[in-house]
Amino acid sequence: MGKLFAITIVIIAVLSAIPVVMNYWGPPPDISTHGYAIDEQMHETMWEAGLSFLAAQFVLAFFVWSFAGKGKSDKLKDFPGGAKWLVIAALVFVGTEILALGAIGQKAWAAVYFAAPEKDALTIQSQAGQFAFYFRYPGPDGKFGTPHPDKIDEGNQNFFGLDPENDVDSRDDITAAELAVPVNRQVNLTMHSKDVGHSFYVRELRIQQDYVPGVDLAVHFTATVPGKYEIVCTQLCGLGHYNMKAYLSVLSQEDFDKWLKDHAAQ
Amino acid sequence: MSEAAAHHGPPTSFIGKYVFSLDHKIIGLQYYGLALVAVFIGMFLSWLMRFHLVWPNAAVPGLALLSKNGAPGGVITPEYYLSLLTMHGTLMVFFVLTNAPFAAFGNYFLPIQIGAEDMAFPKFNMMSFWTTFVAFIVLLAAFVVPDGPPISGWTAYAPLSAVGSDAGPGLGMGQNLWGISIAIFCIASLLGSLNFIATTLDLRAKGMTLMRMPICTWAWFITSCIALLAFAVLLPACLLLILDRVAGTSFFIPAGLMVNDKIQPHSGGSPLLWQHLFWFFGHPEVYIAILPAMGIVSHILINSMRKPLLSHKVVIASMLSIGFLSYMVWGHHMFLSGMNPFSALVFSFPTLMITIPATILTLIWLGSLYGSRLQITAASLFALGFISMFVSGGVSGFFLAQPSIDIYLHATYFVVGHFHLVMGVAAIFGIFAGTYFWMPKMTGHMMNETLGKVHFWMTFVGAYCIFMPFHYLGLAGNVRRYSSFVDDFMAPLLPVHKFITIAAFFTGAAQLIFLYNLIYSRFKGPAAPPNPWNCTSLEWTMPSPPPWNNFGGVHPVVYHDPYQYGVEGAKEDFIMQTSPEQVKTPVRS
Repeated sequence: MGKLFAITIVIIAVLSAIPVVMNYWGPPPDISTHGYAIDEQMHETMWEAGLSFLAAQFVLAFFVWSFAGKGKSDKLKDFPGGAKWLVIAALVFVGTEILALGAIGQKAWAAVYFAAPEKDALTIQSQAGQFAFYFRYPGPDGKFGTPHPDKIDEGNQNFFGLDPENDVDSRDDITAAELAVPVNRQVNLTMHSKDVGHSFYVRELRIQQDYVPGVDLAVHFTATVPGKYEIVCTQLCGLGHYNMKAYLSVLSQEDFDKWLKDHAAQ
Repeated sequence: MSEAAAHHGPPTSFIGKYVFSLDHKIIGLQYYGLALVAVFIGMFLSWLMRFHLVWPNAAVPGLALLSKNGAPGGVITPEYYLSLLTMHGTLMVFFVLTNAPFAAFGNYFLPIQIGAEDMAFPKFNMMSFWTTFVAFIVLLAAFVVPDGPPISGWTAYAPLSAVGSDAGPGLGMGQNLWGISIAIFCIASLLGSLNFIATTLDLRAKGMTLMRMPICTWAWFITSCIALLAFAVLLPACLLLILDRVAGTSFFIPAGLMVNDKIQPHSGGSPLLWQHLFWFFGHPEVYIAILPAMGIVSHILINSMRKPLLSHKVVIASMLSIGFLSYMVWGHHMFLSGMNPFSALVFSFPTLMITIPATILTLIWLGSLYGSRLQITAASLFALGFISMFVSGGVSGFFLAQPSIDIYLHATYFVVGHFHLVMGVAAIFGIFAGTYFWMPKMTGHMMNETLGKVHFWMTFVGAYCIFMPFHYLGLAGNVRRYSSFVDDFMAPLLPVHKFITIAAFFTGAAQLIFLYNLIYSRFKGPAAPPNPWNCTSLEWTMPSPPPWNNFGGVHPVVYHDPYQYGVEGAKEDFIMQTSPEQVKTPVRS
């Protein structure tokens, strides 16, 4: 039965690796300026983790194959070098991996989170609530009106709780249920939660960030490929969580200007 | 020197013997029984979830009886899916993965393995179990309250869990019951872990030095130290959550929240505070589940290999460092939570560091197999399966420990695959190994080996078929905690989900074989001799099952390290810890 165990493990290990090697279900192509570093990091880690996985399973299979069913007539032997060299191997190999991945990975993380947004980045406000995303553009004056939670009135399309009667800045604000951004221009997306925790996730953009109630955050990114992509909520937010989504439209500058004009007219 | 005998005499009534028992062995069995009930409920809930994911509009016969609103006509609603998900996670993490490997086996065997007649505080011990039982009933009560169980997940993130029924169904009374249940569970676990620590430190028999304790005893001891600190933080967190819900405080709720068209009457709280408190418990909890399994598996492997591990000390040191590091990594659950992004790097480093002791343990297990006389039994198959699962679940942790990769993989099925393999399946393999190995001692009857092996093969292959594809779904960006996949990019992944669901039914069915074997052999299995596996530790010196006072009033004396197997010049190929037989240090090449 030891041999059966060994064969089973080898088959499972190889079958597990095939979809990854063949890239059946890999991430979609990256459409951001920072994403290649994340993809690179993932690729490196896949190699290291994948080889460790296969090596450990094969060694387990080999030893079980070789030593299962040995009886009293077979001499007990200890692994050459004993525990000492295994400990040293773990410290050296895993230690090196950690330092390498940690050092390289820090750059990928820093590109998203440590760099301040560029001065001419386009600021867009986003608000997440049960169970929809809304986006707000400052309009021609370049200024956002102040939101008032108590004035939120979804029936009248006042998703952000604006007060155009008293607040001049809010009068030309453009609100949409879709996030349109110009291609190749940095976007600084501010994030506000209306009610509970939500999250903003666009696979192609390699961006995921929680909305924290009571704390307004921001992420910045530059989309490089025009197209339409799904934004989904990844923080459990209630019964409609599975259905909370919006679209990201990456447009050429002209299309984006036109989009703004059309939405301003609405 | 064992002093616990003075605390209680032999049980005199049925209730004293089997219900409110002071005997650590009966309490261990009670914990095991409770975990068994919880695991089958938890598994049934996972079946319902898997069924709903791939056949969202199909009716489950009879389910409407359990919840008229949650499953009208037997069809599971999106919110009931979330209720099932919350209850599945809570039952499995608290009432199965904490109870079975730690509280059940630990209670039964820790005192015996160190040569004590009972726990240091038998009454506390009884209280721990019955408090846990109350927590269990309170949690299950959420199924029958009008708006059903909570929908906020086992992590109960605030403010969803804190603002009450405005935020959705199940967040009224159901969420209250959840908070109360977990708070009670924390009290029970604190009592239990104190008892384990005191027993280990104070009641060891003559000659039983700390380094002569078996590896599983060490694992239970380290786990109780972890549990003492972890549950001590979760308890106040639950109390604060309950206060936010019923007393109008604002620990976790900030100002200005507009939930369901109502401004919430709270201000000044922080949702991140809940996440910090929860994960300060939550991450060590992973090790509360897995460390006892590591100990049990080591104990069984050594017995099956007929030789000790390459280094007793290195194994214990690795488990200690895992326990220590487990307190420095909770923030890796929160890389994208909005906490300061610099702290992500601070939490990432110790998370990656944990790989080192985990790798050392794996290499020691693998290296020890070399040159052994490995006996294949149901117990040793599950122990070997544990190593395979632990490796498979462990390597995916390498991805999630890196904040930059977490940006893509966080909250996807990759995470679900990772923690199910490493903390769920691996820990449960430890429980199964322990069951096949120790049940003869606990019940006095041998279990059926053939059925045990059939159970292993179905579970081993089945578990891989369920949890490996989860990783592929995650790589494709499939988001977790969705009751159906309405998104353009997730819909094409449905065939993978179908495969997983079928595998889940198959693997679940295999557990019925286990249940049958367990119950049948409890009553009809052949009588177990005192030491059926030729094992060296103290539990095998006594009859199966042991008498109420374990050693029959005699104080055992320990002469040897725990794992004297394959000793040259000895009468057998092993020497019991209590045997006065003198031996040479084994020399092998």
